[in-house]
Amino acid sequence: MLEIMNVSKTFNPGTVNEKQALKNISLTLKDGDFVTVIGGNGAGKSTMLNAIAGVWPVDQGHILIDGQDITKLPEYKRAAFLGRVFQDPMNGTAATMGIEENLALALRRGQSRTLRAGIKSSEREVYQRLLSTLGLGLEDRLTSKVGLLSGGQRQALTLLMATLKKPKLLLLDEHTAALDPKTAAKVLETTEMIVNRDKLTTLMITHNMKDAIVHGNRLIMMMDGHIILDIRGEEKKSLTVEDLLHKFEEVSGEEFASDKAILG
Amino acid sequence: MNIMNLINAMPGAVAQGLIWGIMAIGVYITFRVLDIADLTVDGTLCTGGAVCIMMMQSGQNVWVSMGVALAAGMLAGMVTGLLHTFMGIPAILAGILTQLGLYSVNLKIMGKANQAINVDKFDLLVSLRYIKGVPFYKNTILLVAVQIVLLIVVLYWFFGTELGCSLRATGCNDKMARAQGINTDFNRVLGLMISNGLVALSGALLGQYQGFADVNMGRGAIVIGLAAVIIGEAVFGKVFRNFGFRLLAVALGSIIYYFVLQIVIWLGIDTDLLKLLSAAVVAVFLAIPTWKSRYFSKPVNKGGA
Repeated sequence: MLEIMNVSKTFNPGTVNEKQALKNISLTLKDGDFVTVIGGNGAGKSTMLNAIAGVWPVDQGHILIDGQDITKLPEYKRAAFLGRVFQDPMNGTAATMGIEENLALALRRGQSRTLRAGIKSSEREVYQRLLSTLGLGLEDRLTSKVGLLSGGQRQALTLLMATLKKPKLLLLDEHTAALDPKTAAKVLETTEMIVNRDKLTTLMITHNMKDAIVHGNRLIMMMDGHIILDIRGEEKKSLTVEDLLHKFEEVSGEEFASDKAILG
Repeated sequence: MNIMNLINAMPGAVAQGLIWGIMAIGVYITFRVLDIADLTVDGTLCTGGAVCIMMMQSGQNVWVSMGVALAAGMLAGMVTGLLHTFMGIPAILAGILTQLGLYSVNLKIMGKANQAINVDKFDLLVSLRYIKGVPFYKNTILLVAVQIVLLIVVLYWFFGTELGCSLRATGCNDKMARAQGINTDFNRVLGLMISNGLVALSGALLGQYQGFADVNMGRGAIVIGLAAVIIGEAVFGKVFRNFGFRLLAVALGSIIYYFVLQIVIWLGIDTDLLKLLSAAVVAVFLAIPTWKSRYFSKPVNKGGA
């Protein structure tokens, strides 16, 4: 369903800040795959997600979704296929607009924006029902400005927005990293619920090895712009954090340095 | 300092405030909705006045002339929008470039720096002569007020549509907007077009009102527009929550600005200093949010509940 073929990306080429963030990456996802992505800072995890989302053009390679080459499509057109949740809770929602207005924007992802009403009253029931599944009491606050919500509430809402119109691929860029542990666990639980319910193909970056092991049916580890580990199926199910650390040392020849990745 | 002089000057201040109110609504759309300080408007205001006056001089109907003025303003907004999005120039600089270019365009439209239009020879919609002693349906204050209400109704409708909502999202959080499939570049150009269209319409009315268009008539217009936006928010911000009422607050803010201006003039201040005064007042009001958060913010409750 998702095919990344030999994609490379270098930032600031020809300057002292030159950074080869993706080095000839290839990755294929099947329908319904829930892939967790781990790796240290600067490994290229977010860069890979941004390459798929089209935040900037890639230097070489192709990205296909359901066989359609989207490499040259601008970001807003690719959005028709993608649901995205960002690390920063501020990034995923429009703070000065109401909860229902944000959801109405998300419902129209992939459609051209016309001069029809921006939100129909019939939609409100749907929004209330979906918001109540979050268990945050947001269903009674449809017209509240999103800027008044907490980080966790905003992240949960963003998740709902990303999946309101079923995406072909859900991209989660460390979407729980900025939350306190309790809220993070809750948002992750909601993620699992929605992904399972809608059978979404998902790429989830996380800093937490345990989360990466517990969730999803496949795990990839990135380092220095490469995918260095790809674990799936039965092997993934029996995986432990220790296994992962061993494998990392085997493949990379160094010790896994990031405390954050271990303790998360 | 005869108080009657001040009272007699007030209807004129209301009329001017209303005409500039349309301009201020245009500024609100860029400054508050799109989060862009668009300096194009200093040029667009004159473009609107120049186009309207020249067309009327050549015998065109006043409504047609104002319509073309509006279209000319939208075109100027489109130029700034394309400089900003297609050519990647920062919004402020894009506005300044268009504004500078418009100075020449405005001179070419008028053929010289100043073009007058005689209220007795042409069928003007508004004029400073139509404030007192005319039938109510010719009264400038009423006519401009009705236009503002109509404009607010149309804008309120538009910003509630799918396209209008996506435009608001673009100004609020363009990263989120793109992730939701919104063409943010298109929306920025569109917003700048709407804004500058309104500013040019205001210029067309102002040209008729004062009986001439002048190449310098838009100088500092952005500051007056911002002043109206800020005054409107300061006075009515707590009461007016709805988008339509917020636009109304901007128009009322513009009237208050001209009231205050009249009072300052009546007090006998050197009128050469008026622009300096306006700039200082706007600077202070723009600083208030920063000062509030820096010096008057409530201490954060440390250590949780």
